[in-house]
Amino acid sequence: MEFIMAFVIGFLFMAAVYLMLSRSLLRIIIGTGLLSHGAHLLILTMGGLGGSAPPVLADGVEDFADPLPQALILTAIVISFGVTAFFLVLAYRSYQELNTDDISEMKGGDEEDE
Amino acid sequence: MNNFVLLPIIIPFFFGMVLMFGQKSLRFQRGGAMLGLILAFASAVSLLFKVKEDGVQKLTFGGWPEPFGITMVSDMVSALLVTTTLLLAIFIVWYSFNSIGTAREQFYYYPAIMMIITGVNGAFTTGDIFNMFVFFEVLLMASYVLIVLGGTRAQLAGSIKYILINVISSALFVIAIAYLYAVIGSLNMADISVKIAEINQPAIITVIAVLFLMVFGLKAAIFPLYFWLPTSYAAAPPPVLALFGALLTKVGVYAIMRTYTLFFIHDTAYTHELLLWLSVFTILAGCIGALAYFDIKQIIIYNIVIAVGVILFGVAQMNETGLQGAMFYLIHDMIIKAALFMLVGIIVYKTGTTNLRKMGGLMKSSPTLGWFYLIAAFGLAGIPPLSGFVGKLLIAKGGFEAGNMWSSLFVLATSLLVLLSVIRIFIYAFWGEEKPVQPILTKAETTKLFIPTAIVILLSIAYGVGAEYLTPFMSDAGKLLADPSIYVDAVLKGE
Repeated sequence: MEFIMAFVIGFLFMAAVYLMLSRSLLRIIIGTGLLSHGAHLLILTMGGLGGSAPPVLADGVEDFADPLPQALILTAIVISFGVTAFFLVLAYRSYQELNTDDISEMKGGDEEDE
Repeated sequence: MNNFVLLPIIIPFFFGMVLMFGQKSLRFQRGGAMLGLILAFASAVSLLFKVKEDGVQKLTFGGWPEPFGITMVSDMVSALLVTTTLLLAIFIVWYSFNSIGTAREQFYYYPAIMMIITGVNGAFTTGDIFNMFVFFEVLLMASYVLIVLGGTRAQLAGSIKYILINVISSALFVIAIAYLYAVIGSLNMADISVKIAEINQPAIITVIAVLFLMVFGLKAAIFPLYFWLPTSYAAAPPPVLALFGALLTKVGVYAIMRTYTLFFIHDTAYTHELLLWLSVFTILAGCIGALAYFDIKQIIIYNIVIAVGVILFGVAQMNETGLQGAMFYLIHDMIIKAALFMLVGIIVYKTGTTNLRKMGGLMKSSPTLGWFYLIAAFGLAGIPPLSGFVGKLLIAKGGFEAGNMWSSLFVLATSLLVLLSVIRIFIYAFWGEEKPVQPILTKAETTKLFIPTAIVILLSIAYGVGAEYLTPFMSDAGKLLADPSIYVDAVLKGE
């Protein structure tokens, strides 16, 4: 199972890198989304996919999934939510101000003199 | 149990929350920010002396036994860095009063500063690797706000690159932690150190070490990962730039220092050799940049890159002298970079340009500024009585002790290029004929900016002249970095 997950995560990273190397800002943000999905799945996988029951205390259950990676993912998810929301608004704002979503046209600023 | 460790983190956090209310009242915003920083600084100083007296202080949340809860550890390294951070923040906030502009001040500028200080202090103090990731995100999120606040075109373009690079490096940090967790099964830094020693650092740990170097190298701007720094930092307004230049890359440097002296110490022939060469190339790349530009902001920004290389060169030696020198130089560099960016800000506010070719003759209109700039420039280059000297001396000495003669000579030789790059600013901006200027701020306003700047420069002089007084602190820090068992015993076994 870990083996398949490794391939899926590798594919996500590949797609993320491809999208982040493109010129359109929205594609780049989609790439960062895929990158964080890959990273979160990686934490889950590297924590081990063993354990038959969810990590909730219940009678008669002995074999729990590792609770620690799930807590780490939950933290990482809300953090990347916050950053992505900020990044999306920034992209919207810079589309309004700079009239482009092409990152290669976003050079320096107005006081460029050399 | 010692809640004292938390005060330098909690106080800025608390004041940051309070300052989110009453955003229109300038007096409340400024007074609150100043009061919070001074209280936090007082607590940091007393913590520093407590660490000096009683050794490493730690606090595990919720009273859990050691590897299971989140531990905050204040040793000499982190106590010194936290104290310096808060000290510089006080002067940078003071500098902001007259330079950042009321529109920004009324739009959550001070809360963002308090949050960035919370994140930086937390990252310096934490003893848990995932908690360090969280504190990195706290300081990065606040830095995104600060770099884009105001929303000029240059800021928008610069901050998009800054955020993108940090999103990628944060994802890499998560990936690196996931790999480390899969191998070690622990997140507590002291516990990780013990367990890596038990399995005697197999090859996979060395791979993770290089991955950590990439992650923190992206934050700290080492070669070849420094490319984002000049464009994005140039976008920030002067007080924000002073804050970033003094603190942000230093958090990455601290993280490399910590992981490479606590975790990855069993295969130094590979990891520390890599660090050594990367730091040499970092210095070289920084020197090329610093000499190539005629833009005063860019010259000082490339000097950040050089300093990062010098500090990491000290870390790569892995002997007590080199590590002590790295600590000396790290604190020196935080102070002097804050001072230089504040000075550069004043020059920009006076002349209305960052282009050296359009300046000249400032010595006639503002001689005090000129002489203070010259002192700061000499301090940066490490002329003996001033602050950069002791650190670089010890770093070079550590290099010779470790048998890296040529690279140590290289580090010493590049001081000349550093001096040349900052003296060029002095010659072009202060000497020569007076050129027409379009001041951004009036003369009275720039004079107000000069007071905090002058105090920071006087602090850097005191740091150089009073090195004798600081040596016991620094040698404690050097010992702790050179011998990880002090840290590990303090965290896992208690006092």
